[in-house]
Amino acid sequence: MWDLSAHALDTARLRGAKYADVRVMHLRQRDLTTKNGQVGTLAQSESIGLGIRVLARGGWGFASTDRLTREGVSACAAQAVSIAKASAIAKRKEVVMAKEEAYVDSWQSPFRKDPFEIPLETQLDLLLAADAEMRRVKGVTLTETDLQFRKIDSWFSSSIGSRIHQGKVISGCGIGATSFQGEEIQKRSYPNSFGGQHALQGYELVESLELIKNAPRVAEEAVALHAAAQCPQKTGTLILGGSQLGLQIHESVGHPIELDRVLGEEANFAGTSFLTLDKLNTLRYGSDIVNVVADARLEHGPGLGSFAYDDEGVPAQCTDIIKNGEFRGYLSNRETAHLVGLQRSSGTMRTESWNRLPIIRMTNISLLPGTWKSDDLIADTDDAILMETNRSWSIDDRRYQFQFSTEIGWEIKGGKKGRMLKNPSYSGITTEFWNSCDAICGADEWVLWGTPNCGKGQPMQTMGTGHGASPSRFRNIHIGAAFSKS
Amino acid sequence: MSPVRKTSSRGSARRGSNSAELLPERELRRIIDRVLHLAESTGADETEVHVDEVDDSLTRFANNAIHQNVAERGLTVSVRTVVDGRTARATTNRIDEDSLRGAIDASLSLAHSQPKNPQLLPMPGKQRYRSVNRFAKDTAALSPEDRARAVRRACDLAVKRGQVAAGIFASGSSQTAMGNSRGLFAAYRETHAEFSITMQESPAASWAKANAANVREFDPQRLAERASDKAHLATNARELPPGPYTVILEPSAVLDIVGFLFYDFAATALADKRSCLNDRMGKKIFDENISVVDDVYHPQQLGAPFDGEGMPRERVLLVDRGVPKNLVYSRASAKAAKEKATGHGFALPNEYGEAPMNLVFGGGEASLDEMIASTDRGLLVTRLWYIREVDPYEKIMTGMTRDGLFLVQKGKVTSAVRNFRFNQSLLEMLRNVEMLGPAVRATGEEAFEMVVPAMKVREFHFSEVTKF
Repeated sequence: MWDLSAHALDTARLRGAKYADVRVMHLRQRDLTTKNGQVGTLAQSESIGLGIRVLARGGWGFASTDRLTREGVSACAAQAVSIAKASAIAKRKEVVMAKEEAYVDSWQSPFRKDPFEIPLETQLDLLLAADAEMRRVKGVTLTETDLQFRKIDSWFSSSIGSRIHQGKVISGCGIGATSFQGEEIQKRSYPNSFGGQHALQGYELVESLELIKNAPRVAEEAVALHAAAQCPQKTGTLILGGSQLGLQIHESVGHPIELDRVLGEEANFAGTSFLTLDKLNTLRYGSDIVNVVADARLEHGPGLGSFAYDDEGVPAQCTDIIKNGEFRGYLSNRETAHLVGLQRSSGTMRTESWNRLPIIRMTNISLLPGTWKSDDLIADTDDAILMETNRSWSIDDRRYQFQFSTEIGWEIKGGKKGRMLKNPSYSGITTEFWNSCDAICGADEWVLWGTPNCGKGQPMQTMGTGHGASPSRFRNIHIGAAFSKS
Repeated sequence: MSPVRKTSSRGSARRGSNSAELLPERELRRIIDRVLHLAESTGADETEVHVDEVDDSLTRFANNAIHQNVAERGLTVSVRTVVDGRTARATTNRIDEDSLRGAIDASLSLAHSQPKNPQLLPMPGKQRYRSVNRFAKDTAALSPEDRARAVRRACDLAVKRGQVAAGIFASGSSQTAMGNSRGLFAAYRETHAEFSITMQESPAASWAKANAANVREFDPQRLAERASDKAHLATNARELPPGPYTVILEPSAVLDIVGFLFYDFAATALADKRSCLNDRMGKKIFDENISVVDDVYHPQQLGAPFDGEGMPRERVLLVDRGVPKNLVYSRASAKAAKEKATGHGFALPNEYGEAPMNLVFGGGEASLDEMIASTDRGLLVTRLWYIREVDPYEKIMTGMTRDGLFLVQKGKVTSAVRNFRFNQSLLEMLRNVEMLGPAVRATGEEAFEMVVPAMKVREFHFSEVTKF
């Protein structure tokens, strides 16, 4: 791989590139699903290729190829330079890249059990057993389970002399039960909706989540929701479970801090951000107890945003985003760092595959744990609604106004968890929401949730991000607007 | 109309570098035949091969300059084998013989690992397809310089008007071919071009977008001018209270919300009881003025005339004057329902079955101006954004307005309005359609392209307002 990369870099330099970086990537994926006791998807794929990004005549160009020969790579590098020169036709300013060291390194994400070495029969038996457990519950009309495993090897090299190999193993799994009754469809999922939990781990993640044990509860709750009371519409106290709070962090902190959005580079598609540059170090983002970091280091946990180096060759870092409620930092790359007064990129350039350009991405954007225990939090709450497991999410294109709904809710009355509520939802304005946070549970209940399906960029790229969160309480929240007509 | 100025340099970057024309169809057939031959000695009862090739480029701009400019070329081979009533798929992007053998072996290994599926059907044999021509050589040959010059003109317009432009200009070609051990062979190629632009006149913005098989079917500069004019109109937005409003939805706004209905017409979705049409087929659930077909052969549609199993796509009447009449079927769902396959199946194995992917709504005669003129008080909506399903059976969707929301009073657009969040049942919306424009090919960001009209809809429910 290194020979091909070096050849691509040499070609780019000879064609006039002032800077170039190359990624050769080999991606392997296995997907297994079941539906109503039958195998659904059973598929495996692999993809290998090379992508090269170059800066020439002050313009950027990127080209990719699956022709991994000297001729193929050479043509690809030449094409990237040609594209960069075309970019210069519509150029307004010179690119300034933050200084970075050259690194030569090799890194493998830790895992205990290689999911590709676990017998397929074992994996399918697990899914079919969980599926069967859910189907035992009367009233369940659809059962679904899934496993997904990925292995990604990347070989990064750049014209400043870096040569970095990284290997990652990613696992994910989930189950869901749906019940159609009367004029209503209700669903419950475990451990999270939309594919379950995903992490930078091996098969040990799947074993730790006890899918079969949780299957009956999931199915029973899906059916029970039909008879549950409708979540009321009111302004009141909200307690969010960890996985829902993880998505709240993703949408209302993770995306607005992306510096490419802030600078207008995503204006046509994903949108911009309310976090204009004047807000840095001046905006009160949340209450005093709100502390959020962007931490790609492995010591933060085996998140989907954990790595040793980003796809621009910058080492993984931990950046304060919100410190004691104050807005402190953005996600940056080598090109944008200087615009916020940084000497160095915060290391957040990531690419989905060899045929995609690295762009600024969330790493692990996590709400640091507080001091509460869930039981104490509920006992301390006189009147609230506890919401768990995301059902829908939506936020405006500047990341102010959001609305989330969850699969299930619970009434909290007089310090006790009471009756089940169906169709819960809440909405608000980002900074008002985070400033209303008055309790965060501790490290014992903190989970680094994986969001495997974050879409951004054109052409679209899907990326996995991590979000550490523990159950937390918010005051004066607008509850129930999603069903305000019914 | 000529969207980009053609020069002698057109296509030079392609011919002079990595990018090349798509492989001839006979090369794809050769790969398929090679895999089928290799699979004969493996014990596979049946084998199916898909070969997909893309050659795409995209020029992206923001802050009145190109900031990303990419090209992608790739080919994948996907193999599905059947052994003793079990099936699985393996995909690779390497076409040397060892890799192709590896994909066959991986597919067989996956297939062997599972219980027998008594519902698995034999692969279909040879089929006949209607021919469609959606390949424009000029579009396939569009160069980075061609795109950059068009972008430069749009950005210059923004600078001249004190605005900031962002968007994309994409072009490319792709092809797919499939064959199986029962003699089926199908192949399709198309070109595609897309221009999307957001013009920002702080704090306002507006947007325009088009795509087509042939780049000559739209004019980037006209799109830039339209977005620029609307961005200027969108300044000084006033805040209105949320509530029910009469709305005039431009075609892109219609597309992005009605697109969420497409999977509800899958027979598998009804069998799984996750469609909003369960217990509603044959009942009048929309207005008389709503009719929908799925028609891949419509002149404004794109896509292959066959599905993931190689079955010919059929034109299907989904909604007839407000009544959901028909569903689309894969071979398996057709057999289970004792119906005929309509050619809408996904590649096997999968758990979703099928879906209509080429929706065409019936249109009306009203122009956008006539809709505005007929409105005493309402809102003109450019596009909708971040739409998600809140309730799957009542089909309540939530989302935001974006890039130009305008108040209409006494038949005239009078001011810009701050963006709203909506929570609106799609079923109810399609019962409240008062006027329809001509159906046109529309493009957005939430749903795939369709042929849809602008719609005037009463009592569209906005629940909250944002800060811009």
